[in-house]
Amino acid sequence: MENIDTLKKRELLEYLVLIRRFEERVKVLYNQGAIMGAIHLYIGQEAVAVGVCRSLRDEDTVFSTHRGHGHAIAKSGEVERIMAELMGRDEGLSRGHGGSMHLFEPSKGLMGGNGIVGGGIPLSLGGAFTAQYQGSDRVSVGFFSDGAVNQGTFAECLNLAALWKLPVLLVCENNQYAATTPVERSTAVRDVAGRARAYGVQAEKVDGNDVQAVYTAAVSAVAALRGGEGPRLLECETYRVEPHCGIIPDERTPGERELWNPRDPVYLFAERLLGEGEITRADLEALEQVVRERLDRAVEFGTRSPWPDPKAEPHRTWVLE
Amino acid sequence: MRKIWYKTAINEAMHEEMARDERVFLIGEDVDLFGGVFKISRGLVERFGARRVRGTPISESAFVGLAAGAAMTGLRPIVEMMYVDFALVAMDQLINQAASTSYMSGGRVRLPLVVRGQYGTGTSEAAQHSRNFESWFINTPGYKVVMPSTAYDAKGLLKSAIRDENPVLYLENRVLYTHKEEVPDGEWVVPIGAADVKRAGADITVVATGYAVHKALAAAQQLAGKVDVEVLDPRTLDPLDLPAVLASVRKTANLLVVQEAPLQCSFASEVIRLVAQEAFGDLEHPPLALGAADVPVPFSPALERAVIPQVVDIVAAVERVLGRSGQS
Repeated sequence: MENIDTLKKRELLEYLVLIRRFEERVKVLYNQGAIMGAIHLYIGQEAVAVGVCRSLRDEDTVFSTHRGHGHAIAKSGEVERIMAELMGRDEGLSRGHGGSMHLFEPSKGLMGGNGIVGGGIPLSLGGAFTAQYQGSDRVSVGFFSDGAVNQGTFAECLNLAALWKLPVLLVCENNQYAATTPVERSTAVRDVAGRARAYGVQAEKVDGNDVQAVYTAAVSAVAALRGGEGPRLLECETYRVEPHCGIIPDERTPGERELWNPRDPVYLFAERLLGEGEITRADLEALEQVVRERLDRAVEFGTRSPWPDPKAEPHRTWVLE
Repeated sequence: MRKIWYKTAINEAMHEEMARDERVFLIGEDVDLFGGVFKISRGLVERFGARRVRGTPISESAFVGLAAGAAMTGLRPIVEMMYVDFALVAMDQLINQAASTSYMSGGRVRLPLVVRGQYGTGTSEAAQHSRNFESWFINTPGYKVVMPSTAYDAKGLLKSAIRDENPVLYLENRVLYTHKEEVPDGEWVVPIGAADVKRAGADITVVATGYAVHKALAAAQQLAGKVDVEVLDPRTLDPLDLPAVLASVRKTANLLVVQEAPLQCSFASEVIRLVAQEAFGDLEHPPLALGAADVPVPFSPALERAVIPQVVDIVAAVERVLGRSGQS
């Protein structure tokens, strides 16, 4: 595995912890009724968002999914305004118009999540098309999960991306579940990378719970994209710890979650850095403290942010010229 | 003045707007080969190159979504649907994605996208190549819906659509492609949301769309001397130029709406709703809507003619509104 410097390792760890604690806080707020709607928690998959998004520049575009808090934080860092959006407030990233599944920060390349499984894949090709059209070396990333690989858009987009050599990185987060259906009950050929190769897209499988593995794979894929070598797919094997969303319970085989615990991406990377002597226990505690305080501020920001004013809001669908 | 076809007008609008704005590109099936199936993109690939005129695989969801994503990131795509019927394959991309994204972003993302293609009946192509689905998009927040009936309007409205900051569905009538008319020299644009009175009259307002405008004009000609018919073409169905419709109805005190689409929950029923709401007291007789029968468009010309309003049906409907004949 490629060596990455201490600074980068710390950055990856900070984002892992930030997203994990953010999601835990969201779960509490959701159960208290302070956050409404359908909340899809990212717990267990943090290494994918962090490894991929921290390999990108601000100007690179990311098209996220319904389970997009992790992508949004890792790409934009806008924790306070993401929290406000989840609370439906006027200072939220999308001014309370989108919510959990539709987090936009175009200035940081965050081009929104998506309420439709597989619906964002074609949009991510659009970001890549624009970069190619403008002769820029920007890249575009489309996140989706194993649930989306059985949508027609996945097949159509593999072909189109390969045909036009679009600078798009397709990231499959194979989290083992499509809503509540396990992958073995929905997918005849589970080798997503192999399916991509069949369409002419270079693809690689990576341990989606190992942030360093995801990051190094993403760095090399992004370099290839910037060099005009055509699309890439990363299949990241991971595990969705929480149910599909806040309103849909699921039942797992007893012991299944426990089996994944040792592979917890946050624990795994923290222990590795401790073992390597990159950080100390005290560093870790300090990081947790910083994250805790930041999330306190985010919750306060969201809570104090005004509701969107229905009277001021013209409910205009069309933007003005 | 010069005479051009309706389809030439569409082609000229794309030539001019692509020359004017580097961000505009055309994407769709066969658009880069021989000018496309209906020759609407004639000369574009030769002039602007393969980068800006992109022929696609038959993957409507992929290329509509790609265009929407390109619009979100700074380009101004024109998507050509070979037949608008094929847009149904891409409905998630057209509605859930393209129509909703700008609003869901709180206005932080813009989506200037033109989806254009030919529609209509009268050429015996059966239900999957004859759809009139403008009413669905009127019912969808996010789209402007444009439906020109003349070459002048076709060119001027497409130029406005390409310059618009929002998704625009631009509907081209297949039968009208070879309709030829005089147009001025030089550049013109027709604003979105402005109706046009195609024939002034005093006795009844006939609001008609697309090819039905020409049928209404023919009906007005037949009725001349007996009934003085005003034909109003809204040109843009959404947003509707309601002031123009109301002004006409207040003048004539009678209303017939004619379209080639089925009637239930449609553009025609919407016009009647708005007029009933805003100008009920100005109406002399109950208004009437004329549209396609509630069946998939049939293949045989004998059947197809029967389910789509024809000139004779419009003449009869005018007489019915005015109470000048007894039939139901």
